[in-house]
Order: sequence, then C-alpha cells, then structure tokens
Amino acid sequence: MSSENGKRLLETDAGGLNFEATELTLGLPGEPRVTSDGGAKLGSKRGFSETVDLKLGDNNREVKLGHSLQEAAKSPVSKTQVVGWPPVRGFAKRGKKSCKYVKVAVDGAPYLRKVDLEIYNSYQQLLTSLEDMFSCFTIRNYLNEKKIEQVNGIEYMPTYEDKDGDWMLVGDVPWQMFVESCKRLRLMKSSEAVGLGLTTGPKYSSTN
Amino acid sequence: MHKKMAFSFPDEVLEHVFSFIQSDKDRNAVSMVCKSWYEIERWCRRKVFVGNCYAVSPRMVIRRFPEFRSIELKGKPHFADFNLVPDGWGGYVFPWIAEMAGAYPWLEEIRLKRMVVTDESLELIAKSFKNFKVLVLSSCEGFSTDGLAAIAASCKNLKELDLRDCEVDDLSAHWLSHFPETYTSLVSLNISCLGSDEASFSALERLVRRCTNLKTLRLNRAVPLDKIANILRHAPQLVEFGTGTYTADVRPDVYSDLAGVLSSCKELKSLSGFWDVIPDYLPAIYPVCSKLTSLNLSYATIQSPDLIKLVSHCPNLQRLLVLDYIEDSGLEVLASSCKDLQELRVFPSDPFGAEPNVSLTEQGLVAVSLGCPKLQSVLYFCRRMSNEALVTIARSRPNFTRFRLCIIEPKTADYLTLEPLDVGFGAIVQYCKDLRRLSLSGLLTDRVFEYIGTYAKKLEMLSVAFAGDSDLGLHHVLSGCESLRKLEIRDCPFGDKALLANAAKLETMRSLWISSCAVSFAACKLLGQKMPRLNVEVIDERGPPDSRPENCPVDKLYIYRSIAGPRFDMPPFVWTMDEDSGLRLS
Repeated sequence: MSSENGKRLLETDAGGLNFEATELTLGLPGEPRVTSDGGAKLGSKRGFSETVDLKLGDNNREVKLGHSLQEAAKSPVSKTQVVGWPPVRGFAKRGKKSCKYVKVAVDGAPYLRKVDLEIYNSYQQLLTSLEDMFSCFTIRNYLNEKKIEQVNGIEYMPTYEDKDGDWMLVGDVPWQMFVESCKRLRLMKSSEAVGLGLTTGPKYSSTN
Repeated sequence: MHKKMAFSFPDEVLEHVFSFIQSDKDRNAVSMVCKSWYEIERWCRRKVFVGNCYAVSPRMVIRRFPEFRSIELKGKPHFADFNLVPDGWGGYVFPWIAEMAGAYPWLEEIRLKRMVVTDESLELIAKSFKNFKVLVLSSCEGFSTDGLAAIAASCKNLKELDLRDCEVDDLSAHWLSHFPETYTSLVSLNISCLGSDEASFSALERLVRRCTNLKTLRLNRAVPLDKIANILRHAPQLVEFGTGTYTADVRPDVYSDLAGVLSSCKELKSLSGFWDVIPDYLPAIYPVCSKLTSLNLSYATIQSPDLIKLVSHCPNLQRLLVLDYIEDSGLEVLASSCKDLQELRVFPSDPFGAEPNVSLTEQGLVAVSLGCPKLQSVLYFCRRMSNEALVTIARSRPNFTRFRLCIIEPKTADYLTLEPLDVGFGAIVQYCKDLRRLSLSGLLTDRVFEYIGTYAKKLEMLSVAFAGDSDLGLHHVLSGCESLRKLEIRDCPFGDKALLANAAKLETMRSLWISSCAVSFAACKLLGQKMPRLNVEVIDERGPPDSRPENCPVDKLYIYRSIAGPRFDMPPFVWTMDEDSGLRLS
C-alpha cells in the first residue's frame, strides 16, 4: 500500500469517532502523557475506561478514581495496576518462594478472576487492583476512610473465605495472616453483607 | 468421473509415497492436487493438527480423516496466559473426546494447548482408547489428580504423560499409585506443575524403577533434594531430568550421593526444576554439564556469580532459560562459552517492581547476539533499550526466527536519545528475513508498523502492546505482512478503519485478538455481518454491548476464521457478531 493510500485512510471521516478521546494514556485525564520514568505510573486500562461512557456504576466514578489513584501513587513500589503486564505467566512462580492464587468472584458478574496475593504488600494495593479489574463496580473501600458516594451504583464489600470456611470481611486481620488464610475472595453486594453481620469496619489499616 | 491417465499410480503406491510426507503444510498441499489425491491422502493422514478448536467441528474432522491416530488441538488465545481472557471463555475439549470416543477406538495421541480439560474428559479417554499412548497437556486447566488416576489405571500402553504448565487441582498425590505394578511402558513423565504439598515418593520410585525405558522425568517441587538420588539411581538412562526443590541443609552425604548418582547418568542432555536452589548443591551437577544441551533455570533464584560458574561448565548448551539474575556480566560469559546457543529466554525476577533490582540491560542481549552465531530465538525482559543496540543486534544476528522483547515499563523510549524505538525494531525486521515471530515493546509510533508491513514478509505471529498512534499502524501490518497468521494487540489506538478496510485479510489468518483498543461495537457488527466465515466475538465484562452507544469501543475482540460457524458454548460475557446479531441482541 502506498503512503498516499495511507494518507487517504487517515483523512476519511470515521463516522464521528474521536480517536483522541479514546487514546490511551498513562496518566489521569487532563494530565500530560507520561512516557518515561517518573511520576505516577498508572494503568492505561484505567485511563481507557474513564473515557468510555459507562452506564453501570455511579457518576462520581471520576472522583472516586481520583482519590484511589492518588492513594495508589503514594503506596510503595508494587506495580499491580495493569492487568496482564508485563506478560509473565501467572502460575510460572518464577523467582518467588510461593504463590498464592485465589479466585475472585463478584456478585452479579458472570466471570471469575484470579489474583496472586503474594504480589501485594497491603490491603490498599489489593483493593486498588481489584477496583481496576472490576472497574465497572463500585467497591467499598474502608481503608482510605473516604466516604464513597453512592449514586447509581451498587456498593460491593470485599469479603473472603478463610481456611475454616468462614466468610470474613477483608481487612479484619493483619495482612500477612490474611494472605495465609484466604482461600477465595468474593465481592459481595452490601445489602447481602448486612445480613451476614459484616458491616463493621476492619481493624487493620493499609499501614499494616 | 476420472480420466485414467496412462501414467497414474495405483492408490497403494501413492499412499506409500504420502507416508513419507509428515508436515501438515505438505499434506494439505498434496490434498489439493486433484480429487483422487485428496481422497487417498485423507484416508492415510495419521496426524491432525487443529490450531483453533473452534475453526472446525469434531465431526468435520472425523468425516474427512477417518483414520487418524494423533490429534493436536489448541484452545484459548495466547493472551489467556496473562490473565486477559476471563475464566469460562471456552476451549472445552470434552466435545472432541466424546466424538472421537465413538468413532476412534484406536486413537493413540492427544496433545492439547490452552484447553479446559475435565476429569470427565480424562476418564473418557482412559475408557475409550485401548491403545492410548501419548497425553500432552500444555497450559491446560480444569482437571484434578482424580482424572490423572483414571489415566494411570487404565492406559496400559501409555508412553507419555506430560502436564507442562497446567493448573491441576491437587486432591491427592496417590494418583501415581494407580499405575499397576505390571505397567512398565512409561517413556516420558512431566509432573512439574503439580502442587507442593505431598508426594508419593515410594510409588514414584517404584514406577521409575520398573519403567526401564524412561527417558524424560520432570518432577514437581514437592520432591525434596535428598529423594532425588534414590529416584535417579534407578534411571541412569534418563535424557531429560527436572529436579524438585533443590534445597536442603548442607550435608556432605546428601551431596556426594547426589553427585555420584548424577555422574552415572551418561545420557543426560536436559536439566530443569531447581526450585529454591542453594548454591552449595550446584556443583553436584557439574559432571553432567559438558553434555547438556538444554538448561532451564527459570525458577533458580541464584545470583550472577553462581550462574556464571554453572554456565561456564556447559559449552554445548543450545537452549537456556534463566532469570535476570544472570545480569549483563553473566550473559557476556554465556556469549563466550556457549557458541552453540540457539535459544535464550531471560525472565524478570521482579516484574512488578518500579526500580531495577539487577544489572541487566540491553548490553546482555547485544553480547549474546554478537557472540552466538547460531542464536535464532530470544525472549528477553529488560528495563531499557536503545535503537543503537537493536540495530547492532539485527545486523549481527540476521538469522533470528523468533524475537520477543519486553521492556517492562510500557512506552519506554530509547534511553540514549529519548526517541521511539521504531528504527531499532525496523532494523530487526529488515535484516532478519526469516523472522516468524515478533513481540514489540517500548515507545513506538506508526512508523514501526510501516517497517513491519514493508519488510516482515515471513512474519507469522505479531504481539503488540501500548504502541502506535493511529489506524495507519494496524493498516500497515494487515496490508503488508503476507504470512501473518496470528495477531494480538492490546492497549493501542487502533480502531474501525484499519479493521474494516482489511476485513478480507482476516480470513487468511488464524486469529486476531484486539483488546483495550478503539474498535467500536458498530464495526464489530458490520464485520460479523459482512464476513460469514469469520467468527467475530466480543468479550465484554461490562454487560451487553448494545446497552451502550454503538460507537462505544468494545473491551475485547477475538476474531477467527471458522468453517464450523458460531460456537454455542459461550459464557454470558461473550457475544458472536453474525448476520443475525442485529436481531438477537435487541
């Protein structure tokens, strides 16, 4: 194909598709594009979902994300935001002593995800990663102590099943103990969690 | 109505000639010569390869090839390895087993990749095929050790059981005891993926002892170092061996036992395993190093000095898998010691860390490319790259057939000039004329795709992430890469125009994966309507695509050619776009 054809390709109207709006960047919307080291490295998947008009979830999505993105930027080191990047095979267990894969289910969603608890250092990192993975659901995040305004969205509470088969609220025990005892995660609708007596806030903050 | 030519051969003669033609490509070519060759060929094809299990139905395969003995099937797209394909997507092997169980009592070999295999499927295999010999499950999931027990108990002629990189539900290690005491035909056993909890050592030892033809044995992490000597003692004929955990309290008797047993394995060519390795026990393998052609140290968390010592003992190495602990210095030693090296894979020890934890840069790759004249396949994870390095690599190593580079931070520019890496990758495709597989990374504009479209004429598989500026990039690839079979793209600004303009190209490829890009639902529907021989599948976890405006980009799109029509085993988050999709969705 000659470059002339290529040029014509660019100039034809794509039926109103605004490529810039869907262009993926690594920063918050409105911030300059981050291309090399430095600054908050944020998953482009997050940037992408912000430009898409989601009917699910709440209108305060940007505000909520803004808060948790800032939280993620402050938390040390671990890069867990971009799903499937770098492309290392999950269950290859390379270079790590152990690997703790647990399934994550979300009430009302027809799919499961798996996360490796070993790659996180704190509840905050885990929850940030879950928010990214299930970006259309509003996950109640006690730990940053900001009241998440619930407009249209349904609130979910992160719970887990421990070694004894009991369902607990994520954040109830020290992080390391949680990693050891967690068998699976479930993002439960808040309305259901009330029935199970899981409404009290967790005792352990993200600093543990 | 055939015209009998004076010089035509009887069918048996042709069949005999065809039996020397093994490759699928050649077989397919033979079958297209004329109708009678098609007929003869289909009756004598013994091995069938199906690159996409949804491209054809089991019944169609059985109808065309009534007497095959061996089948290879692939299921999920490659990006499933990186968690991009949600659980439940598909790739179930059971329908295939069920059809073949009825038609083919004499099936001998099943090889599966990225498929969902249930215990039910394994039990059906064990029950249905009396002469079953080879089961290779690569990156499969969905089964437990109960299914394996069924295979062990029933398959009296089993020669090969290989579970590489599978996810297995480890219910009990005692499945190994289900191999009867009379069973001795095992040649290859790979259980390296099995869990770390318990292992039935005595059953394993007895199995190894009585299977005197055993050539390949890859143990799992649960087998401790001090048990290895007992196992190896009974298998000095091993050619390929994978250790379990390679750590123990340092004890001279354990060490000398191990060293002694290893040195009596005169045929050993390949080593792997080495979980939790401690350097003190490494010298035990030095006696076998000079014969080693393949070494997999990708679980070995030892540092550069120990890796250097090890590698210097292996002058005949052809294949090395290692963590980036080897560092540039180690790769320089590799380059000077291992002149037969053909394949190198360097994995990141800390892929999610923000800062480099080891001194591994582009220099290591340059050293190996310059020093190893036979190097043709590379998978390299690093944190910085330059166009200069890539050009040097391309010029010195034009024989690359597989080049996969992953610069860990997306959109990383040339660290020397801060420019995109277009020119560097351009050099790779320009100089490496036989390049079949390429993975890109770093900061890349549409220009790199122009180079690829222009030069990469033999390229069969391309992986792209966080690259390009516009649809022009995708257009260059789809219109220029004549041999392209598989294209996988994520997080690039590619949209409708290039896809629709090159719709016909998609029928010449096996599949296209495109996720987190800018392809609209409208374009997907159009493609599905216009191209009946493509399955256009939208994967969207946010809910039905028609609950959003039509010009909204879809989350993930998987397009593949198929003569089986749309599939019916899709989960709720996958929609097929076909001629009727407009009607069905609303």
